Amino acid sequence: MYEIKEISGPLVLVGGCSGVGFDELVLIELKNQEKRNGRVLEVHNDLALVQVFEGTQGLDTKSLKITFRGKGLELGVSPDLLGRIFSGLGKPIDNAPEIIPEKKADINGATINPYARNYPNDFIQTGISTIDGLITLTRGQKLPIFSASGLPHSRIAAQIARQAHVKNKSDSFAVVFGAMGITFEEADFFITNFKKTGAIENTTMFINLASDPAIERIATPRVALTCAEYLAFDLNMHVLVILTDMTNYCESLREVSAARFEVPGRRGYPGYLYTDLATIYERAGRLKDKEGSITLIPVLTMPGDDKTHPIPDLTGYITEGQIILDRSLERKGIYPPIDPLPSLSRLRDKAIGIGKTREDHPSVANQLFAAYAKGREVRELVVVIGEGALSETDKKYMEFAEQFEMRFIEQGEEENRSIVDTLNLGWELLSILPRTELKRIKDEIFQKYAKKS
Amino acid sequence: MGKIIKVAGPLVVAELPGGKNGDMVEVGELKLIGEIIELKGNQASIQVYEETSGLKVGDEITSTNTPLSVELGPGLLSAIYDGIQRPLDLIMKESGNFIKRGVKVSKLDRKKKWHFVPVAKAGENVIQGDILGTVQETSLVSHKIMAPKGIQGTVDKIEEGDFTIDHPIAIVSGNKVTMVQKRPIRQRNLLDKKEAVTSQLITGQRIIDTLFPIARGGTAAVPGPFGAGKTVIQHQLAKWSNADIIIFVGCGERGNEMTDVLLEFPKLKDPKTGKPLMERTVLIANTSNMPIAAREASVNTGATIAEYFRDMGYHVALMADSTSRWAEALREMSGRLEEMPGEEGYPAYLASRLAAFYERAGYGECHGKDQRKGSLTIIGSVSPPGGDLSEPVVQNTLRVVKVFWGLDYKLAHARHFPAINWIMSYSLYVENLSPFLINEVADDFVKLREETLALLSKEDALDEIVRLVGLEALSEQEQLVLLVSKSVREDFLYQSAFDPIDQYSTLKKQYYILKLIISIFHNGKKILAQGLPLEEIKKITFYEELGKVRFVPENEMEEYYKTAKSKIDEEVKSLLGAVSQNV
Repeated sequence: MYEIKEISGPLVLVGGCSGVGFDELVLIELKNQEKRNGRVLEVHNDLALVQVFEGTQGLDTKSLKITFRGKGLELGVSPDLLGRIFSGLGKPIDNAPEIIPEKKADINGATINPYARNYPNDFIQTGISTIDGLITLTRGQKLPIFSASGLPHSRIAAQIARQAHVKNKSDSFAVVFGAMGITFEEADFFITNFKKTGAIENTTMFINLASDPAIERIATPRVALTCAEYLAFDLNMHVLVILTDMTNYCESLREVSAARFEVPGRRGYPGYLYTDLATIYERAGRLKDKEGSITLIPVLTMPGDDKTHPIPDLTGYITEGQIILDRSLERKGIYPPIDPLPSLSRLRDKAIGIGKTREDHPSVANQLFAAYAKGREVRELVVVIGEGALSETDKKYMEFAEQFEMRFIEQGEEENRSIVDTLNLGWELLSILPRTELKRIKDEIFQKYAKKS
Repeated sequence: MGKIIKVAGPLVVAELPGGKNGDMVEVGELKLIGEIIELKGNQASIQVYEETSGLKVGDEITSTNTPLSVELGPGLLSAIYDGIQRPLDLIMKESGNFIKRGVKVSKLDRKKKWHFVPVAKAGENVIQGDILGTVQETSLVSHKIMAPKGIQGTVDKIEEGDFTIDHPIAIVSGNKVTMVQKRPIRQRNLLDKKEAVTSQLITGQRIIDTLFPIARGGTAAVPGPFGAGKTVIQHQLAKWSNADIIIFVGCGERGNEMTDVLLEFPKLKDPKTGKPLMERTVLIANTSNMPIAAREASVNTGATIAEYFRDMGYHVALMADSTSRWAEALREMSGRLEEMPGEEGYPAYLASRLAAFYERAGYGECHGKDQRKGSLTIIGSVSPPGGDLSEPVVQNTLRVVKVFWGLDYKLAHARHFPAINWIMSYSLYVENLSPFLINEVADDFVKLREETLALLSKEDALDEIVRLVGLEALSEQEQLVLLVSKSVREDFLYQSAFDPIDQYSTLKKQYYILKLIISIFHNGKKILAQGLPLEEIKKITFYEELGKVRFVPENEMEEYYKTAKSKIDEEVKSLLGAVSQNV
């Protein structure tokens, strides 16, 4: 007979166990028939340490009925997942019946063999100039949005989900949406948005709201990715996964770690935060022998707008780039307030250029980056020495930076620019600068594409 | 035989009488691979190299009574291994796209026959490290079969022929010798005699080769925040450096990066021989989502394989990307062992482990009678949290390495690549390598380098002033410094990793480009000395051309340089001549 030794925070220590496996699923039944799920974090002699997803509120040490299930937490998958809304643990919350699973899949998934991967080099057009032109998203990439409180990351994520498509291909496309600890308004924004555009048909949502149990969030991204893996690698769909907000996920992880008295790493987050995040992010990708793909856009808010905070920092080390939103652009009224300078797509260079987008794309992108960086530098200079002291060239850089923000970065929420439009706009802006300043562009490209002014 | 009493993540504690520290064990029904890392009485703490989900108290543990080892022999090259030398292609055959646990695969191909050609003769006396024979493993590399440790004496029998690696190729004083040997990964294999480094590892990357060179047998660290281009630099070095053998360890990094290497390297040709670069490369991929204990092992697995090729007398370069992930693996295991943490939770032995790893590098005489020389160069990238270089992994690394390529996020944001900051980086090999550079490139190369560095540091100081009071406040001489150093930055230090011509520059080409830029500086000084304005310099026809020099193909470079140089000199001469006539 099991004996509850201790209940503290999200953890329950169970005594009298035998044959309990590490990481297995635990079913906890309360006297009032309520059922909760847990997961074994550690086994030691006859003790098992269990993390309870729904929290330990209301549990006692006497009357619990504990069952060890002998396997990990699983998600039942079938094509019927599409168009449905589930809780953070994969239970239907849209008043429709449970799905009849085709199979059950462990939510922890398994590591993709690097040898089996195919390199993500298919250009995805999101219709947002800053992303398509400069921070190109590719199929199978993991590209997070680093946001901060008050910035419109949800609108951008929804716009990407709405507009993303691959040139000249009519493949089946699906969106998996995982929400961790977001507010009802935010969740509702996505649901309404997807419903309005009809995208809901091809969307599966896993929603853990701020009012839902915090520990459940630890399972939510894994449940969402398990669904995505099924759609991508069993049903050959191209799946876009949006996970928001990863900061809440990490907070929950910290809560469990603290309850276990683990030696903390930076800012109280567990030392294994990097590895733990990697097991989520690295599930994105393409496989050599499968049609489908998983493209992952995690959204996280940087506490205090600080990029060096462990959550964005470790995320940036795992993901293939980052899209960084900037408060000063937002204040200028620019949407989407994406700051291209610290943003990056590591997979860009293999997904653009001849045969992918247009041959001038790499040169234009590099030149826009360099020129905008220089323009911003000049702008800082002006604060100190005044505009009068600037050289003619520097003044042109100032103007370029201004125009670049107002016309290239700025665009409508419903505006869907093609890559050709984006590149042409880039050339138009570069024509502000003299040819000698455009060192990243070779003569033949310049002659072919430059806007003659 | 023992029994599990505790499972906590990758750490398993078992009642295991007779276990030895460092021994490899098989854990549970699936026979997961683990290693004993601590003993207390009969209790052994074991780090398990595979996922431990489902392991139970009471599950069986068997010790193999041998330390964790790698197998060395023909078949290593162009392989891709996980952190404990399991070939990932074979794992895929066994378990599909996703790695399943407990997969047992052979480290080397045991069925393939290699053509063995003896070097040693029957009746000859051999000692450890002597070359018994060779196998042409790939068209680029001849694999030398050496007498393993503990084997010495007279060669009784040795024969040429096609053999599998397990087939005896020789009998040395009664002992059968095969083409495969085992070495424990945590044991260093020292050179017979370490010597001072004398030759440069040429990488074709201008900022590295000219400003901050690394020697064959040396050590370097590349720290930088994410997005600064650590991995691109490591890839460039793996592609272009003139080492005979490349060992690339992807330690806790992205899966797609390894895929990139796997897909790209077979297509890349060695600049000298035109053979695929993959033929000289061994890849070790333990990506961030693979078990953390194996990540800790992967760096040592790589180093042991590297030392084996070095022992053959080759120049070997080992790239470890990233050592921070390895340090984090140490930290996690240390935490689970409930050790007293040092700085930022890292174990107190972090510094000594890092030093021991980098000390595996070196140049010198290998074991064996023929006194052949080999080298092992180690280049580790470091991923400091928040780009903060004062954190323990960076600091402890900098204490042991001799070259520091510091990456700068500001440069990266402006898309100046490689984003190596020329003010904070350094190389302590310049003195050692000076004779080599003067011999290989030009008499004035070292001087040119110094002049360039001085120019850049002057620019840095002037920039401060410009930021405060504006460009106008500078003298024309100072503005000339800014003008030329801008060209050094944009036309020399900036190098595209993706342009087919620009991505690799020979030392000669580097010299010529720099020489041209600096000649503008020298001529500019002359022009200013004559009282002419700075604008005159910009009128030199060649000044406009500077941005294109790096795209001049290698074989046309010398001609190009000569023409450009004489044109500049002529123009300046006539300009100065005109002035003196007027006077």
